[in-house]
Amino acid sequence: MYLADRSAPKEPLAGRGTTTTAVAPVVFALGAVSLITDISSEMVTAVLPLYLVTQLGFSPLGFGTLDGVYNGVSALVQLTGGHLADRVRNHKLIAGLGYGLSALCKPLLLLVTALGPLTTVLALERTGKGLRTAPRDAMISLSTPPERQGRAFGVHRAMDTTGAMLGPLAAFLILRAAVDGYDAVFGVSACVAALGVLVLVLFVPGPGKQREAVGSGKPPVRVGEALALLRLPRLRALAGCAAMLGLTTVSDAFVYLLLQRRAGIGEEWFPLLPLGTAAVFLLLAVPVGALADRIGRRGVFLAGHLGLLIAYALLLWTPATPALQYLVLALHGTFYAATDGVLPAAVGDIVPEQLRASGLAIVGTSQALARFCCSLAFGAAWTLWGDTRALAGSAVGLLCCAAVAGLVLRPTAGRPR
Amino acid sequence: MTPLRRLLILVTAVLLLAGVGTGVVLHAASRAARESRPQAGGPSVSSGKVTLTQKGRLTFVNAAAGPQRTAVASVPSTDPEAGRTASGLKCVRFYAAAGTGICLQSVPGVLKQSNRALLLDADLRTLRTFPLAGTPSRARVSPSGRFVAWTVFVSGESYSSAFFSTRTSVLDTRTMKLTPSLETFSIALDGKPYKASDVNFWGVTFASDDDTFYATLNTANRTYLVRGSLSKRTVTTLVQNVECPSLSPDGTRVAFKKRVLSRTNLWHEYVLDLRTLHETALAERHSVDDQATWLDNDTVAYALPTDGKVGSTDLWTVPANGTGTPRLLIAGASSPAPL
Repeated sequence: MYLADRSAPKEPLAGRGTTTTAVAPVVFALGAVSLITDISSEMVTAVLPLYLVTQLGFSPLGFGTLDGVYNGVSALVQLTGGHLADRVRNHKLIAGLGYGLSALCKPLLLLVTALGPLTTVLALERTGKGLRTAPRDAMISLSTPPERQGRAFGVHRAMDTTGAMLGPLAAFLILRAAVDGYDAVFGVSACVAALGVLVLVLFVPGPGKQREAVGSGKPPVRVGEALALLRLPRLRALAGCAAMLGLTTVSDAFVYLLLQRRAGIGEEWFPLLPLGTAAVFLLLAVPVGALADRIGRRGVFLAGHLGLLIAYALLLWTPATPALQYLVLALHGTFYAATDGVLPAAVGDIVPEQLRASGLAIVGTSQALARFCCSLAFGAAWTLWGDTRALAGSAVGLLCCAAVAGLVLRPTAGRPR
Repeated sequence: MTPLRRLLILVTAVLLLAGVGTGVVLHAASRAARESRPQAGGPSVSSGKVTLTQKGRLTFVNAAAGPQRTAVASVPSTDPEAGRTASGLKCVRFYAAAGTGICLQSVPGVLKQSNRALLLDADLRTLRTFPLAGTPSRARVSPSGRFVAWTVFVSGESYSSAFFSTRTSVLDTRTMKLTPSLETFSIALDGKPYKASDVNFWGVTFASDDDTFYATLNTANRTYLVRGSLSKRTVTTLVQNVECPSLSPDGTRVAFKKRVLSRTNLWHEYVLDLRTLHETALAERHSVDDQATWLDNDTVAYALPTDGKVGSTDLWTVPANGTGTPRLLIAGASSPAPL
């Protein structure tokens, strides 16, 4: 018997199984927190380059030193956040610290105008994001019965993406009202972030219920126990497949760059391409999540990657149709809808409750690190062989990885999903 | 806590934060309004006709508070303290030579910032408009006015993504043929053909032969000075750690900013003799993050951030031979271009 089998909840907690299709209020509360927080952080993201170049007078290379600071760091922080949340048995506390840290960084943006301090503030902001991800997903996972995890994560991701789309809108409306009002953008962003933290504090239940479920008398979770998760064959398989597929998932920036070149989209439209992906992700996150619950997460997760593979194929083939960019963006958004929330939903089936955040962090981190490596490798391949062959290589790699993942993740007896 | 109490706290907080947010926006809006009114003690700026064929004048982007803030303005070269004549044209970055002007604008839209380049005739009338892929950074016109180059800064969709790049475009104003990106030019790095996906160019400066240009090339975390040929579509690296070159009027030297401490944004202004490749440090001790402009064969002008005022710069000059001290040329100004 796998350790994972023992983790399967014996009975639904009170108040959770009363209606068959409802999503737990906690998920909506966390979704609202993410929505509000994303409005806040995307407001800053949208105007940051403009602020750095036109207000602070940084040249392009000055800004170049900013990137790369967070790569890897954020992923490792996620592991720390996940483990800490399990250790103190208080997911809300660690997630709250993460949201709080990010919120505190927003007013600091008003004060720093030199590149060094600015980099530090942005790195702290990203640290907050890394810290909160795993405990937040663990709270979603722990508040939802196994058969409805996909839908719950779908609801959360849809709300999250809504915030990401509203953020830039808010920022540019402020800049229209107040010329050069970057301080106003940062100020409003800080207010919105504070609201997000408040909603978390007020409406996300604390660890009371969780303690009951997990047992408060137990000794604290140790690092060793979290590492022992890697001995769970199904978690290892999932983390391995997530990493393997991550290694062949070309980063968004490259996809948009290729799409812009192939479809001949005017350069001025480049900043709007991510919005296309986000819109499709937003529309499909809930239905696809629910579908994953019904027909199996493995199938949907793999189908999502198949969608990405078709998008690669379209970029390679470049049919002379005006629909090309819409098709690619639709497939790209579908890929996110079928994987971003479905993967943590699948983790929920495998990892015991008291280690849920650690398990989510392990899978999330392996995927993030793999995608980062893919970014580097894809850039190098592009240099050596050109964009067409680099993309063809990724497509072949993705096909192989998806086939292997299909085999490795195939249902075992007694565990139909 | 009862649900009602929670809701009360939430409503109170929303009202409070909405109040603070509105206050912050109104404050910024009123500041913007204030900056569009002339300030006591500020330079005198009058609206008037600015043409690019007036010899003996210096054009720049005006940053002094008033309705002509960010407008292209000009002063007599010999008396830069004199009253400014400001045109109706507003730019983030501007340059002009031989009756051709280039103006990079950044206009707020609903979903994104809308950036564009305006090609201008001698009366600052727009001849052509080009949409830009990102935030305006550098602009140059060749001495004859035939070629125009601009650099924009293209950012990724998230500040945590390892993706940033510059795009430098060159326009032939005679044929109106646009080279959207210098990255299509073939590169000889240290004498060998070089290809990489992380190549970025910025800061073009033109020679008077309407073919040779100099620019910054960045790849694999190094920056190079390159000499390029527009007709052959090639660039060749000359020396390392050179950014934003600016060719002297006699074509013998290049003023540039040199990163003095790696991984920081601390640059000092130098002049490179193109024949001997000998570098001379200029007397400016502040960090210069600008593409300098030669006012004549002996003097270099550049923008420095105004002390204690975010979003504003002053123009300074310094002798090109490394002697002397920096002198304030025009307060509240950027993008100098001698006519």
